[in-house]
Amino acid sequence: MDKLNVMLVGVGGQGTLLASRVLGNVAIKKDFDVKVSEVHGMSQRGGSVVTYVKFGKKIYSPLIEKGEADIIIAFEQLEALRWLEYLKEGGRLIINEQKIDPMPVITGKAKYPENILEKIKANYHNSISVDALAIAKECGNIKAVNIVLLGLLASSTDIKKSVWIEAMKEVIPVKLFDVNMKAFEAGYNLK
Amino acid sequence: MKKLMLGNEAVARGVYEAGATVATAYPGTPSTEITENIAKYNDIYSEWSPNEKVALEVAIGASISGARSICSMKHVGLNVAADPLFTVSYTGVNGGLVIMVADDPGMHSSQNEQDSRFYARASKVPMLEPSDSQECKDFVKKAFEISEEFDCPVLVRLSTRIAHSQSIVEIEDKTEYKIKEYKKNFDKYVMMPAMARKRHVEVERRQDLLKKYSNITDLNTIEWRSKDIGIITSGVAYQYSKEVFPSASFLKIGVVYPLPEAMINEFAKKVKELYVVEELEPFFENQIKKMGIKVKGKELLPVMGELSARILREKLLNEYTLSETKINEIIPARPPVMCPGCPHRGMYYVLKKLKLTVSGDIGCYTLGALPPTESMDTCICMGASIGVAHGMEKARGKEFGKKTVAVLGDSTFIHSGITSLIDIVYNKGNSTVIILDNSITGMTGHQHNPTTGFTIKGEVTRQVDLVKLANAVGIDRVRVVDPFDIVEFEKVVREEINADQPSVIISQRPCALLKHVKFEGALKINTEKCRMCKKCLSVGCPAIVDKGDRIEVNGALCVGCMLCTKVCSFDSFEKAGDING
Repeated sequence: MDKLNVMLVGVGGQGTLLASRVLGNVAIKKDFDVKVSEVHGMSQRGGSVVTYVKFGKKIYSPLIEKGEADIIIAFEQLEALRWLEYLKEGGRLIINEQKIDPMPVITGKAKYPENILEKIKANYHNSISVDALAIAKECGNIKAVNIVLLGLLASSTDIKKSVWIEAMKEVIPVKLFDVNMKAFEAGYNLK
Repeated sequence: MKKLMLGNEAVARGVYEAGATVATAYPGTPSTEITENIAKYNDIYSEWSPNEKVALEVAIGASISGARSICSMKHVGLNVAADPLFTVSYTGVNGGLVIMVADDPGMHSSQNEQDSRFYARASKVPMLEPSDSQECKDFVKKAFEISEEFDCPVLVRLSTRIAHSQSIVEIEDKTEYKIKEYKKNFDKYVMMPAMARKRHVEVERRQDLLKKYSNITDLNTIEWRSKDIGIITSGVAYQYSKEVFPSASFLKIGVVYPLPEAMINEFAKKVKELYVVEELEPFFENQIKKMGIKVKGKELLPVMGELSARILREKLLNEYTLSETKINEIIPARPPVMCPGCPHRGMYYVLKKLKLTVSGDIGCYTLGALPPTESMDTCICMGASIGVAHGMEKARGKEFGKKTVAVLGDSTFIHSGITSLIDIVYNKGNSTVIILDNSITGMTGHQHNPTTGFTIKGEVTRQVDLVKLANAVGIDRVRVVDPFDIVEFEKVVREEINADQPSVIISQRPCALLKHVKFEGALKINTEKCRMCKKCLSVGCPAIVDKGDRIEVNGALCVGCMLCTKVCSFDSFEKAGDING
């Protein structure tokens, strides 16, 4: 692996930022150049959010363009659909099965598309879906959804598990580390 | 040591390494994390100031008295700080003075996308622009040196993609900076007309020196490759350009004002085709054209929004990449919403019910303008709500005024609402002003302010008493009410809009995201009790969902704030039991 473009997409408040920071630190440990582009401010408040993580020999633009993502981790089904066109041909898609209705759906102005997972899996063969919320709950904290998904991502790269764990140590607060470690293992062993 | 850092965090590191000892700011996306990170260094005095003007004045005081100081803000903050900016350009500095300004092309979290480079030209202050986190650190250190060498403040401009991108930074040790001697200097620091006239002469002389400097400093660099295409660019636009034109020659501008004219001339002469790639306004382009050089820029590239590698490929190379998904589906938008448990939701429920004209302001509560609350008529800038409501009343009369309220947050009120409240009292207005006291500055990610009782470093401090403050400026009718007590809230609003004098309602309830705020835990719907009247949907909570045949509570989102239980006529909400988190 000499370069990797990963997008983390979801709903503001789901912990995409923390996951992208772990990923960024993994890249540093592997001696890559790396850029992580984040979202702060208004759009964080329950809106559609995306963070880009790019690593390789030399990274210029912090953004990933349509058709350039090697991996998309979608924290929510509708968000998986929204960002699909960013996935490159044959790219890997990891989807959390959680559904969060956006306001236009809540107010009845729009419909939440049906059978998203089936449609995606039928058309994008390198995709996988998991109920990361249930797994996180089992691990003891529903907020660890992000780390479950990160564990799953880790298992599909050729980067050693120990590197991921070291990177997590740098980003996750000590008192939350154990529950997150459990979540990571659970995600890692899903493959 | 190498570290992955946000642009903003790297700026903070640069401030530390440069030995600066005073840092001030008012929070604003995308600049907030600069000062949050500076505050982590024990040897730098840091503060959240009430607004950007005060922040800059404090930094100026620190500079005049000999310390290296820095003041940070978002682009619109520089409008607020423009008054001291234009005059500190005349006085110059003693210890180095750096002013960080973060633009927001694309308006991720802003009310306009003004290009702050024009401030550099208008105030005759040099401006630097880094293109990644490493440069954020290096340029800030350099900015302190330039400030002291040329006796002027130095602006450093960031944009969202630089401020909020992480890239690798090489950490260095702090250089000790000995605070400079303070000497009273009437001619330099007292800007009365006679002295200011002399200082203006100095400013023009300095301009000449800075223009020469811009041509020789390594902040501006030429990267020679193929001379078929030459690109003049800066900041994140440089990164997009490098991605699209890997074999072109580049003149990368680090000093965006004043421009390195000799360097530009030399570069332009040697390349066949010359492009200027810059986000927002044709700031470089117009100056370069004025030099008599033929360039392509905004005739091809947009003046609105952010650039990207894709836009450059399409507009400059006519290369369109077809990217379509294999699934044909209408995807509903997901606009930002007020969080579950947000105290503002109770207030908007009442304002919507009463069908009031709402003069709004800048903060999380601006989201009340969107469906389903849709209870905001105007939002202009920080603190504008009060003046706008007053103007509406003066234009349309008292009866209109009685159907109008101004709504603004505690931090926004201190920032620049208080002066307008004084205006209402002084000029015999009758407006009702609702101050949302949620114990924090919310939208920018929880910063303390003068009403919270804590400093940026978390030290306990004297808290502004909003009731006494309103009383002191002449508001006799001040009411404090919990926005989740919607019955009482409605009663209070009705009373105050109908009163024949101005009033202030303090809507008091802490932000639901604050750590000490505890709720009951998620609720669920008792479908046997629910009659599908859908009244609960009117509170606009993202956790309450209309499933067509039933109402459902999203247990992963619901915090149990109980607001819906107060709206429901059939007692249909009940505790969901054990859902951890």
